[in-house]
Amino acid sequence: MIEVHELTKRYGDKNAVDRLSFTVRPGQVTGFLGPNGAGKTTTLRLILGLDAPTSGGATVNGVRFADHPRGLRHVGALLDAHHVHPGRSAEAHLRALARSNGIPARRVGEVLEEVGLTDAARRRVGGFSLGMKQRLGIATALLGDPPVLMFDEPINGMDPEGVLWVRRLFRRLAGEGRTVFLSSHLMTEMENTADELVVIGRGQLVAAEPVREFAARSTRHSVLVRTPQAAELTAVLVAAGAEVAPEGHAGAEGLRVVGLPAERIGALAFDNRVMLHELATRSASLEEAFMELTADRVEYLAGQSR
Amino acid sequence: MSTVTSSGRVGAASALPGDDAADVRPRFLDLVGAEWIKFRSLRSTWWTLVVAILVPWGAAAAAATADYDNWPSYGPLEKAAPHLFAVHDSWPLEGYVVIMLAAGALGALAMAGEYGSGLIRTTTVAVPARGSVVLAKAVVQAGVWTVVGWVCALGSYAIAQGILSGRHATIALDYSGVPRALVAAAMVAPVCALVGLGIGALVRHAGGTIGILAFVVLLLPQFFSQTKQWSADIRHLFPVSAFGRLTEVWTAPKQPGFYPATITGSWLDYLVWPLVAVVLAVWIVRRRDV
Repeated sequence: MIEVHELTKRYGDKNAVDRLSFTVRPGQVTGFLGPNGAGKTTTLRLILGLDAPTSGGATVNGVRFADHPRGLRHVGALLDAHHVHPGRSAEAHLRALARSNGIPARRVGEVLEEVGLTDAARRRVGGFSLGMKQRLGIATALLGDPPVLMFDEPINGMDPEGVLWVRRLFRRLAGEGRTVFLSSHLMTEMENTADELVVIGRGQLVAAEPVREFAARSTRHSVLVRTPQAAELTAVLVAAGAEVAPEGHAGAEGLRVVGLPAERIGALAFDNRVMLHELATRSASLEEAFMELTADRVEYLAGQSR
Repeated sequence: MSTVTSSGRVGAASALPGDDAADVRPRFLDLVGAEWIKFRSLRSTWWTLVVAILVPWGAAAAAATADYDNWPSYGPLEKAAPHLFAVHDSWPLEGYVVIMLAAGALGALAMAGEYGSGLIRTTTVAVPARGSVVLAKAVVQAGVWTVVGWVCALGSYAIAQGILSGRHATIALDYSGVPRALVAAAMVAPVCALVGLGIGALVRHAGGTIGILAFVVLLLPQFFSQTKQWSADIRHLFPVSAFGRLTEVWTAPKQPGFYPATITGSWLDYLVWPLVAVVLAVWIVRRRDV
């Protein structure tokens, strides 16, 4: 269980994390979502005591993490796969960490096998691909068999097989009753992995709820209509107060209608003798919900000067 | 590539992960062990240690050979025992500057290297007691460089005396002042390693750290001469000046225009520099965000 209470971190005159409060519960995978620069990494660093908060605080299983003299048996964390010395072998890296926490050396072999790095154990980490470094970072997190695990963008640089493996691993860790907290800026990843979501933008909480509820929050339900009489139907629907936009290249996939339910669109088409080939309600995707809710909280929009 | 352990569990046999970590008492010795693994698992460590020993040995051989070659031209005063030049030949500053820099560099990289790669964050998550990590690093650096320093100092003494014995111009290890010179030559390495550790913790950038280290250890004292009292006072604050004084069996007495370092002051340099460096490192590492 991770409890964050009124957490604030100020850099200069800017709040990177702004009075953030949420709880991450054991036994499920909780996704930590936010656009780039939203303060996800800073929040994780504050929880882990790497940075001191300006105000507020965070506890892991009721204790401030920095108050533990040794950490690996309490929390396993992968903050950045590059946080290793490139000149050291994977095995030496893990053995030093295990030793520091009084963890038996055989555990190193176990976690290397777990992440599939046994054959690369004696190679220097500097020669690892990003995907292999991610695996080493996950091995580091698993070393102390901790009840709480935190991963910052763990699938970056992983091949499709690695992504599948990591999803199964997170599900299993949560299934064992652990707290699994997983940050990402990729919504699709959360759709596949997470049960719960904590969404932040500009350091502030946007939402904390189950994935399904979050997706349902999008107000932009739309209806896809395919018709050979696109121009006529567009005029009718616009007259009825809907927003109509062509979908796909030059409207090849039909019309996207917002503001009218499917039944009403069908009735209007029938009344005006417009033939329909397809009429389908589209539920909003997680991605759309996310974009909509964080639109005003995006720190750096592409192509815009700050 | 992915594998699942036979039990299908990541962890040990306990039914559910709880915070059972309280059962394991944190031991400082484990931190020292971890830092020792880190130290010895880098290839550059071993190269540096070899160079740090071989260069002073080579310098001692060169200095002794020069005296051996020049022996016939020496006057009766120089040829008479005790052969004080045999002390300088055993622990020549030209060679010992290298072990000082090597020890300082490895000490510095023990801190700055972790910051440079970001490993310090992994380390700090594993050991939130940051001050203990710095102290463990200090123990490893002090321990390794004490051993290396003694190997180096005894070796270069043996090499120099071996060459000078051809002229019967050796000096005994128990001659007044020689044991002090030996200890000073051996212990300058751990002193510099800990000074490097402190600078590494302050600067946190490998290149900058080494630059500042070289400046402090070698360059800065050269700006101050021994001819004025105030200037000499500053010069003698530095380890390299202390090394020079402690490895000298005899020096001219203090007089207007010449202000040599004192033995006591030089030993204080050996003590205070590493002490301040380690205390500063612990303080700054605990205080700053990682």
